[in-house]
This record gives sequence, structure tokens and C-alpha cells, in this order.
Amino acid sequence: MDRMLYVAMTGAKETLRAQTVNNHNLANVSTTGFRADLAAFQSRAVDGTGFASRVYATNGTVGWDDTSGALQTTGRDLDVAIHGPGWIAIQGPDGKEAYTRAGDLQVDPTGQLMTASGRPVLGDGGPISVPPYTSIFFARDGSISIVAQGQTPDTTSTVARIKLVNPAEKDIERGDDGLFRMKDGSEAPADANVNLSSGVLESSNVNTAEAMVNMIELARQFEMQVKAIRTAEENGSAASQLLKI
Amino acid sequence: MNPALWAAKTGLDAQQTRLAVTSNNIANVSTSGFKKGRAVFEDLLYQNVRQVGGSTSQDTVAPSGVHLGTGVRVVATEKLYTQGGLTQTDNALDVAVEGRGFFQIQMPDGTNAYTRDGSFQLSAQGQMVTSSGYTLQPGISIPEGAQSITIGRDGVVSVRIAGQANPVQVGQLQLTDFVNPAGLQPLGENLLVETVASGPAQTGTPGQNGLGVTTQGSVEGSNVNVVEELVNMIETQRAYEMNSKAISTADQMLEYVNNQL
Repeated sequence: MDRMLYVAMTGAKETLRAQTVNNHNLANVSTTGFRADLAAFQSRAVDGTGFASRVYATNGTVGWDDTSGALQTTGRDLDVAIHGPGWIAIQGPDGKEAYTRAGDLQVDPTGQLMTASGRPVLGDGGPISVPPYTSIFFARDGSISIVAQGQTPDTTSTVARIKLVNPAEKDIERGDDGLFRMKDGSEAPADANVNLSSGVLESSNVNTAEAMVNMIELARQFEMQVKAIRTAEENGSAASQLLKI
Repeated sequence: MNPALWAAKTGLDAQQTRLAVTSNNIANVSTSGFKKGRAVFEDLLYQNVRQVGGSTSQDTVAPSGVHLGTGVRVVATEKLYTQGGLTQTDNALDVAVEGRGFFQIQMPDGTNAYTRDGSFQLSAQGQMVTSSGYTLQPGISIPEGAQSITIGRDGVVSVRIAGQANPVQVGQLQLTDFVNPAGLQPLGENLLVETVASGPAQTGTPGQNGLGVTTQGSVEGSNVNVVEELVNMIETQRAYEMNSKAISTADQMLEYVNNQL
């Protein structure tokens, strides 16, 4: 009886966890550049004497969905999005390099180029500073050119180039703060093949229909596990009834 | 209690904020000089339940871990300073700014505020004031008996007085720019105030140092795109519904446990 009860319990517990991952994705359907979390179950056999009937389930976050989100035109100069694979290098809260797909950039009063959450955007030579400008352009390779204040539009100057990287998916991981980093703590080399475009933002890549179906499926799975717990309980009470006679 | 419930709850909160921003944009579709807002979202902290790469035996490591995300939050509601369309009004005191820059306004308490709304009027003393009656800085007085008022592209205000052949220059409009206009704090009444994030005010002559030019007889309309806002609203509503569905599903799961066990 105990085996059935505990096997069903781990099933129910891990299904609840998977539901959390799914709800987190649903909560982030409007987060710019968000990458959906993927959850998967693994079976864990418990070795021991007798018939091998104890196989627990554990839920794992196996990675993220790396398909691109839809590109939305905003017309704002400082909105950038990456076409296809690649990441924008920014400075994480720990001062080290981190990667994001969210390209809603801002220029702070000291001229530093920041993400919407206030983290400096990195160029080939560290954080990027933009002098006061009348207009700003982002080239496909991440180069930033401006028409400086007081200049006419025929004198553009190139300020810096946003560091765009494209490390293999197996080499990066999502940190607790939602930013991506290299697993070995190193810095990914800049990749000239990453394409940036301005005036657009990449929406979250959460597939809402899939997430809804996933949610229903997890809810039903959970009910089945609970039903199994209930059956285990009924079996137990039937057994104790038998001994009373 | 149940992280699945709370993750979905943060989603509801965020969509609620987004709807508030969208409705404010739609409500201000006809406000002169209004700049649309946008809610910016960020995913919340992840709980590291099982470390990826932890040892599963002496020679093997777990290929995947368990990261539970805790939802979403609104990091900012930023304003988008794109140019609004110019509407011709032929009113001599309507001035639109084409390009960067704000008019500086003196508030009743003596502090400065900034606006893109250039539909000015005259006070009883002949001063140029906003629709709320706050004085334009630097102050411009239109003398009594002025027949017509002309405002140039560079902000020079000249009037023609009855009985005089030559127009008289009475002052020059100035524009103020900021490094990061998105950092200005909106006050309402189409007014904004300087903050640490906006950077210091830099005042100059229209048309110089990257400042915009002034256009008389026009007002700058709101830069809200109604179609875009309606699509935003649809998206917000559906995302809200999905998150509330997620809450009710998590609730039903717990209810099922309570009923069955």
C-alpha cells in the first residue's frame, strides 16, 4: 500500500510543479523577448529488494523554447529586436556579462544605453555611452550611429557597436534573475552573423494555445494521481476492515 | 500556498496594469501634445529547486535542473516620445514643436514644468499662458493694441501695432530638451517635471543644437495610434482571461484533493 501511495504522491507533487512552470509562462505572455520554460518528467526507479514497482517521477526544467517571438513594430528608435538566433549582451547585477532578447532600450541621463530594467548594454569595449543626439540609428550588425546635437543630418558618427552573441544553447543557462549566462562563467565571443533591427520589439514566444492545452492536461493528470492516492486509501481501509472480523 | 496560483496572479496584475495604460492612451487620443505610454514587463525571480549540473553519481551530473519561475512584474510604464501629427488651427497663439524639445512653463509655486502642448492663450495682463493659466517661460507679453501676432520657426514673436508700419519684436520662445525625455515625470494637465532620470534641462533657441522648430497656427496632436491600442486591448484581455483560467485550474486541482482525500 505504501508504495502506491508514495508513487502517486510524487506524481501529484511534480504535476503541481509543472503547472507552476506553465503558469509562469502564461504570466509572461506579454513580456518582451521572454523565452518559454519547458518542463519534462523523468522516471526515477527506487532500487531495493523485491519486485521493482517503485518508480518515482521528478519534474525537470529541461531548457527553454528557442523559437523566435513575433516581431511587433513600435516605431520607437530605441526599440531593437534580433531576427533569428542570437542574444544582446548586457551587464548583469553582478557586474558580469549576461544575455537577453529584450530590446526595449533607454538612454539614461549620463548617456548610458540601458535595458528597460536598468542594466547597461555592452558594446565591444564595455558599457555603451551615447553622446547627446538628435537622432539615433541601429545597423543590422548592432552598430549605433547618431546625429550629434548641433550637427546637421549629413554628419553622422558611429558611437559603438552592441555586442551580439550567439553561443550554442547547451552552453548557456537561465539564471535566477531570468537573464541568460554562459554555464562556465566565461564571455561568449561576438558574432557578426546576428541580425538586429530597430523600431521593432520581439514579443514573448509563449504559445498560448499550447500552454492552455498543457494546463488542461496537467490538471487531468493531477486528478488521476489524486484518484490513485484515494484508491490506495480505500485499499488500506478495506484491509483493516478485513482484520476486524 | 501553491506557487502555480501565485504565478498566475502576477500575470493578472500585470495585464491589469497594461489595460490601465492602454485605456489612458485611448482616453487621451485627442489631447494636444500627449505622448502615449507603454507598460514594460520583466519575468520575476526563478526558484532554483534542483541545481542543473549537480552530481547524480561520482561520474555523472544532472543534465537538467528545476527552475520554477514565479511570474511577471511591471518594471516601468514608459512614455514614447514620437512626433504627433500636426493639426492646423490657424489660431495665432497655437504653436507646435516639430522635433525635440518642450516649452518651459512656470507653475504657480514657482517651480518649472515642461509641456509639448502649445495651445497658448493670453492672460488679462497680455502674458502668454497655457490653457490652465500657467505662464510660459521666458515670459512673453503681447502689448495692448496688437493687430496680429507672428511666431517664426526660430520662436521669434513679433506683433504689428495699429498705426505702425514695422512689426515689433516682443520676445523669443525657447525650447528645453532632456537627454532622456522618457525619464520626465508626468504631472497631468499635459505637464511634465524634470527628474534625476531625465537629466538636467538644456534650454536653447528653436532650430539650433538639435532642437525642433516652432510652427505657428498648428497644434501637435496626440501620438496615440488608436488601431494599435485596440489590438493591445484585445491582446491584454485574452492574456488576462488565460491567466484567470490558470488560477481557476490551479484552484480546481486543490479542490479535487480536498474532496477526494
